Amino acid sequence: MAQMMYRDAVLSTIAEEMARDPNVVVLGEDVVGGMGTPGGPEAIGGIWSTSTGLFGQFGADRVIDTPISESAIVGAAAGLALAGKRPVAELMFADFIGVSLDQIWNQMGKFRYMFGGKTKCPAVIRMAYGAGYNAAAQHSQSVHQILTGMPGLKVVIPSTPADVKGLLRTAIRDDDPVMFLEHKALYGMSGEVPDDPDFMIPFGHARLSRAGEDVTIVSSGLLLGFCEAVADKLAAEGIGCDVIDLRTTSPLDEETILDSVEVTGRLLVVDEAPPRCGLAVDLCALVAAKAFASLKAPPQAVTPPHTPIPFARELESAYLPSTDKIEAAVRALLAWR
Amino acid sequence: MQLSREALTRAYRQMKVIREFEERLHIEIQTGEIAGFTHLYCGQEAVAVGVCEHLSVDDKIVSTHRGHGHCLAKGCDVNGMMAEIWGSREGLCKGKGGSMHIADVDLGMLGANGIVGAGSPIGVGAALAAKLDGKGNVAITFSGDGACNQGTTFEAMNMAVVTKAPCIFLFENNHYSEHTGFEYAVGTQQDIASRAEAFGMKVWRGDGTDFFSVYETMREVLEYVRSGAGPAAVEFDTERFFGHFEGDPQRYRGPGELDRIRETRDCLKIFRASVTAAGLLSHADIDALDADVMAEIENAVTLARAADRPTADDVLTDVYISY
Repeated sequence: MAQMMYRDAVLSTIAEEMARDPNVVVLGEDVVGGMGTPGGPEAIGGIWSTSTGLFGQFGADRVIDTPISESAIVGAAAGLALAGKRPVAELMFADFIGVSLDQIWNQMGKFRYMFGGKTKCPAVIRMAYGAGYNAAAQHSQSVHQILTGMPGLKVVIPSTPADVKGLLRTAIRDDDPVMFLEHKALYGMSGEVPDDPDFMIPFGHARLSRAGEDVTIVSSGLLLGFCEAVADKLAAEGIGCDVIDLRTTSPLDEETILDSVEVTGRLLVVDEAPPRCGLAVDLCALVAAKAFASLKAPPQAVTPPHTPIPFARELESAYLPSTDKIEAAVRALLAWR
Repeated sequence: MQLSREALTRAYRQMKVIREFEERLHIEIQTGEIAGFTHLYCGQEAVAVGVCEHLSVDDKIVSTHRGHGHCLAKGCDVNGMMAEIWGSREGLCKGKGGSMHIADVDLGMLGANGIVGAGSPIGVGAALAAKLDGKGNVAITFSGDGACNQGTTFEAMNMAVVTKAPCIFLFENNHYSEHTGFEYAVGTQQDIASRAEAFGMKVWRGDGTDFFSVYETMREVLEYVRSGAGPAAVEFDTERFFGHFEGDPQRYRGPGELDRIRETRDCLKIFRASVTAAGLLSHADIDALDADVMAEIENAVTLARAADRPTADDVLTDVYISY
């Protein structure tokens, strides 16, 4: 095991897979950073430090620094994948899917089906998502609910450096298009990462990060840590929480959620995306439909309100799910009658 | 450069297959037997064939909603395409794609596309793959005077120039984007190629109703792009014989316009006149090819009608490779 930051797990996994497979290519805005400037290539090396050094190691044909053209970045990734490559494209901010959505939604997500199953599109679109930096409404969003609603895509949300390593390697080797969502507030998180160069985590297998028999909490990404903190605090009072890290929202590990709720009888979904038509209501509906007899209380969710993400510190804090809100929701579930 | 008798025969036959494939669809669609939306390529055959006759399976093309001609010219199976448009599970895409989504990636045909302009960046990606492989292959994105106004096309042209991708932006200007005239929708009211030139590409222009103009122009373009000089753009002036979609009343056409373009701008008639005048093929040669193609299309329709229909179970397959 090596101690590694979340962002370094991203970079090292890409570098390892590029070294292993000559078909893996990287593209995106500033993935080299500094092209065409007095400072020269790699003056910046990617704003998240997730592509630093790749250009020097693998060259311009495999590390393609693009103009600010998100449609063309994702579209080029689609074309590279159809032509037999394994592109790993970066959208600097997940919010920029709006600019490129046709290429994600109507193109790469549908090729295989529209073409009668006779092709594959092994593309990975990495994107930095999430709030917590006062980056306001267009640089803070959680977009997994939009992407999860699109058949043909896989959607991955790693919550630890080890999960980055295992899930990103699976994503790059996977033959379907994968949306890989990295929480920007987790880039500096440190954790233990297995050394095995083939360490992979299969999609559709959630992780039980805390075990308890009273409440099931389902979450992902940055908020998973909030849920773990609440579970640890309540454990001292004798309240036991299962905390389930989804890891992937498409495919979805229904079994782990349902098995847990059959024991606890209580579900709390904690999600960073807006409440309407989202992951939280999707999981509440799942449990209501398939574990109704086990329920001791109505399934509940902690999400932001149905508003754009505000800028000011006080406003963003009020907007986001917090440990206090999660704890209150758990206690309300336990008190329900 | 003089084409061999064999090459001329093949080129004419390819154009005639596209023509009769679509003339037959135009009839069959009116019977109600074919579902969905169909956009016919008729009139533009010399472009698809004049381009694709230069390509190998390792060269990629990306097509449009008006894609039957590009698919057939790139080698897609006539019977498979007819069955696909009939919605059969024996179709090229098992009846899941239909007219607007025909593809055969193994042949380098990366798909017709229902979204105008969406193919341009996909072509850049395919071209970047070819550049990485370093074998002199290219990618060609077909667009019309409609797609030339989409932002994706602008982004793709700039990115191709920046990355020196061996990509050819091929614009078929048929003077109508859906139901709107070129003079209205292309703000410069000039040609499309000059726009591409402004992005920093070398450009060519040709007469899309003349197979030989297309073929010779593409010889130069491909030599340039295969040499590693970067992307290029080509604009061919051409004609659309049918409406934007089948069922389009075409009230936007001028008086006698359809008769005039069928009479004076028909690439098949122009080809026939040219090769018979030069003594390269005889009228009897061409008449024999026509009869042969008519029989092939008749057979394709017969097969499509008799082909297996998809079942409800087929809805659920082919979404993912693994899930």
